[in-house]
Amino acid sequence: MEILVCIKRVPFVGGTVVLTDDHRQVDTKFLGFTMSPHEECAVEEAVRLVEAHGGSSTVLTVGAPEAEEQLRYAMSLGMDRAVLVDAGARELGPRSVAAEIVGAVETMRSAGAGPDLLLLGNEAADTGDFQVGILVAEALGLPCITGVKELEVAGGELRATRERGRAREVFAVSLPAVCTVKEGLNLPRYPSLPGRLRAKSKPLATSEAGERVEQLRMQSLVVPREERRQAEVLGHGADAAGRVVEVLVELGVVKR
Amino acid sequence: MAGAPDRADVVIIGAGIVGNSLAYHLARLGVPRIVLVDKGPLPNPGGSTGHASNFIFPFEHSKMMTELTTESTAQYKALGVFTESGGIEVARTEARMQEFRRKLSAAKAWDQEAELLTPAEVKKLVPFIEEGLLLGGLHFPRVGVVDSLRAGTIMRERAQELGALQVLGNTEILGIDVEGGRVRAVRTSEGDIVAGQVAICCGVWSPRIARMAGATIPLTPAVHQMVSVGPIALFADSPGEISYPIVRDVDTGMYERQHGGDMEVGSYAHRPILVEPDEIPSIEASALSPTELPFTADDFDPQMESALELMPDLLGDERAGIRYAINGLISLTPDGHPVFGETSEVRGLWTAAAIWIKEGPGSARVVAEWMTGTQPCLDAHEADVARFWPHQRTRAHVRARAAEAFNKTYGIVHPAEQYLDSRGVRRSPIYAREVELGASFFETAGWERPNWYESNAPLLDEYAGRVTQRAAEWDARWWSPIIEAEHLAMRDRVGLVDLSAFAVFDVSGPGALDCLQRVAVAQMDVPVGRVVYTPFLTPDGGFRADLTIMRLGPSRFRVVTGAAHGLADRQWIVDHAGGGEAVEVTDQTSAWCTVGVWGPRSRELVAGCSPDDVSAAGFAYGTCRNIELGGLQVLASRISYVGELGWELYAPMEQGGELFDLLLEAGQPLGAVPVGLGVYLSTARLEKGYRAYGSELTPDYGLVEAGLHRRMVKKQEFTGKRAHLAERARTPAAVLCTLTVDYSAVAPDDRRYPLGGEVILGEGGEPIADARGRRSYVTSAGAGPSVGEYLLLAYVPPELAIAGQRLQVECMGERYPVAVAVAGNGAVFDPANERLRS
Repeated sequence: MEILVCIKRVPFVGGTVVLTDDHRQVDTKFLGFTMSPHEECAVEEAVRLVEAHGGSSTVLTVGAPEAEEQLRYAMSLGMDRAVLVDAGARELGPRSVAAEIVGAVETMRSAGAGPDLLLLGNEAADTGDFQVGILVAEALGLPCITGVKELEVAGGELRATRERGRAREVFAVSLPAVCTVKEGLNLPRYPSLPGRLRAKSKPLATSEAGERVEQLRMQSLVVPREERRQAEVLGHGADAAGRVVEVLVELGVVKR
Repeated sequence: MAGAPDRADVVIIGAGIVGNSLAYHLARLGVPRIVLVDKGPLPNPGGSTGHASNFIFPFEHSKMMTELTTESTAQYKALGVFTESGGIEVARTEARMQEFRRKLSAAKAWDQEAELLTPAEVKKLVPFIEEGLLLGGLHFPRVGVVDSLRAGTIMRERAQELGALQVLGNTEILGIDVEGGRVRAVRTSEGDIVAGQVAICCGVWSPRIARMAGATIPLTPAVHQMVSVGPIALFADSPGEISYPIVRDVDTGMYERQHGGDMEVGSYAHRPILVEPDEIPSIEASALSPTELPFTADDFDPQMESALELMPDLLGDERAGIRYAINGLISLTPDGHPVFGETSEVRGLWTAAAIWIKEGPGSARVVAEWMTGTQPCLDAHEADVARFWPHQRTRAHVRARAAEAFNKTYGIVHPAEQYLDSRGVRRSPIYAREVELGASFFETAGWERPNWYESNAPLLDEYAGRVTQRAAEWDARWWSPIIEAEHLAMRDRVGLVDLSAFAVFDVSGPGALDCLQRVAVAQMDVPVGRVVYTPFLTPDGGFRADLTIMRLGPSRFRVVTGAAHGLADRQWIVDHAGGGEAVEVTDQTSAWCTVGVWGPRSRELVAGCSPDDVSAAGFAYGTCRNIELGGLQVLASRISYVGELGWELYAPMEQGGELFDLLLEAGQPLGAVPVGLGVYLSTARLEKGYRAYGSELTPDYGLVEAGLHRRMVKKQEFTGKRAHLAERARTPAAVLCTLTVDYSAVAPDDRRYPLGGEVILGEGGEPIADARGRRSYVTSAGAGPSVGEYLLLAYVPPELAIAGQRLQVECMGERYPVAVAVAGNGAVFDPANERLRS
């Protein structure tokens, strides 16, 4: 089967998020970058599916050329090839991103390599729009299951499970289909040394993002005030037991 | 939680391995109120200690670093946090094998266990290594790993048990108050602390904190990459933290050490990545910690390939993932040594920084001893933060040198190797002429000093057959046979030496004589116009300095010392200037230049330019006075470190060019040649048995052992007098001798020449140790062209200090017979000093 995973390069933030002086960007001077945590699971799932069912996988991103770093990382985990849609320094909104992905898929289809399964993260770690996967599915006329925590492919059919409160919903659809997945889907692997070295020579195709008019314009970013909590040491060793019980009672976890 | 106390005897800033160790040692030495502050949480506040690779290889080419490591290891062992694993440096190149042989000799000199291994023997110890890549290994069985966080915690607890320590974690330093050039208080987010002394031990943040007080600490944060790969199948069943020796793949600048179920792979091979202290992120803004910066994978890829080829099955396992990867921050200094001691700018403001885990506790102990005036357990003056000249403290210099040195961390560094960056800062007024004369410049303390002159190449023909050919590339590196030809020409005719790099300072005022009397071994109350050569001693009776002092007036003395130690020597005098009448110490280094004129024709040369009486009767040896030379007034001092008739001529700096040209021109018909420091610092003085501070004159040895004791000891009190008197009352444990190397049984092309540090062995090839356990090794080495020998200086036990005694030197894995030429002080050339005193 052919699988396309779409990822986004996002800052890997620490405890507090620091903004640039103009409050329009996260200050990334001390930060590394990564792909969103949901997408790491998408990549891992794609690699496993290809290991199990054969075929190949493609990882794609729409963003700055530096996002090659994330594409190479995904390839070090086992993705076979990468596509970088270069949008320069522009911040594209979800409709634009979706349109670029659709364009790339149509290119793949006309080359006879259309994906059977598109995997995306449920939402990006920084913008959290929760729209791209759905927009892509709509444009391609494909079924879309969101919030997926479990995935299975058998005989051209996809079974995807997600959680709804205390219930689990299981969907069965025919491929091709789109899934947006969540952390918890699997435990992503770490790249091996040979994997990293292979990734450097795996194919990476670049194209340019088209001119787009953004409907949403970001005005500024705000870091919400954090409640500073202090840890309170209740005691040491067995002597602390009494105080611990008091706290549990206070919290309503235990009835006296 | 209590806030900060109002007062403390010492405030320590930084709770890494150094700060924690310092707290303990100060408490142990009786300091009653210590406050340890860190902006991060304990036990791991997020500094370099927190992510350190924590292994200790005991040996380095630097004696001080080796001693600091030995002391630190003993402390770690006493704390129960040391696990021995053994360590192996592996060689992929023949050049590295040679370096191993050199290290092996030096390791023997310092009583360190080490052995050379074949690739098969390496594989026996490290079964997963690709032996086909190797030419051999250097095995250090006593290598181990430590739990530095646990060590720090125990040391804090011990200081707290002594009731001496209060710890403030999660506390920021807001400022350091200075009053009258002395530290007064530390302002923190938990309150202000009035402090007697402040110690900055915060590693990469140290320059920033020092700046709050108006002081400089010349170090720069720099990246060193490391990754952790696992789970490693082979390690699944091995007990504890480490079961296999640590491998240093030195030719690729990397190491691999087991860490539980992982293999940690580190690199010093990537491009130097320097970070400004102000750029280090806060704890809150960091993904991991401020010193664990995001990994730049591209920089590590070549190393990844090297690691994979060295350990293909282990690291090539697809199931072993890179589960930790950082650009770790460490501190680098311009010369690679740590920074200890009181800052030059602010009294009471101390530092212990740029220190690796392997020398942490030892460094802290030494600094604690310095801070409390306790006799230090080892000599660490090479690490004194005050050693840096102003230009060496600049950001540009620190960064340039740190970057250049970084990739040499596991490099093969020649003992005479020169930095290429940041050169040309201090140039004598004769520099332009020296460039024309083809000078090969070596740098010391920023000064460009000619080591030899290419324009003297024709001398090689003149002296063919008397000049050494060094066939081995290593021996011939940073050297030229022209040095020996210059030496011979000087001893035949007359040579001119540019010594403008001398550190010169005047000691004046009513208290000047007493001040110098207190520090000098020699009698300082000499007639005006007398030149005194004297060592300074430590309170323990070891050497602290070796220099000359001219009495220019009843209350005015001019101290002249080498560029390398000038700052330290000046500070020593300043530190002893108090408590009596007024003394002024004025630095004249940039005011006076010096040209040495020496050789049998030197009197003829000088007399030809001067109307003054410079005859033997008119200008006695060991005196100084102003003379006219051409159109210049110079201070002439009749002494000689090359053992020839002649003078040191001092002129105002701006007249140096004229002085040199004048002598060079007048010297043409006499065959005068410019002579470099290859002669002045090595060949000439070795032939005369003149000792050098830092080589054979160190705090580890005393006057009697060095053969520099006089017939009488002056009645005045001086630092080290008591220890020296005690030394005179007993048999010396060692005697400094001049040795010659016997190459007669070795073909010229096969001869290897010791350059310093090689172990001296007994006739049967066994290492020699004196009654105090100090081993014999080469302290200085060089050719003696006038006597046709290769000369070594070494301390040997008195029973071997007999002229003619046969011994051996081990050089690059080869053993050569040596013989004692002079036992004790004395010269192989002109032993009666006829030339000197003619």
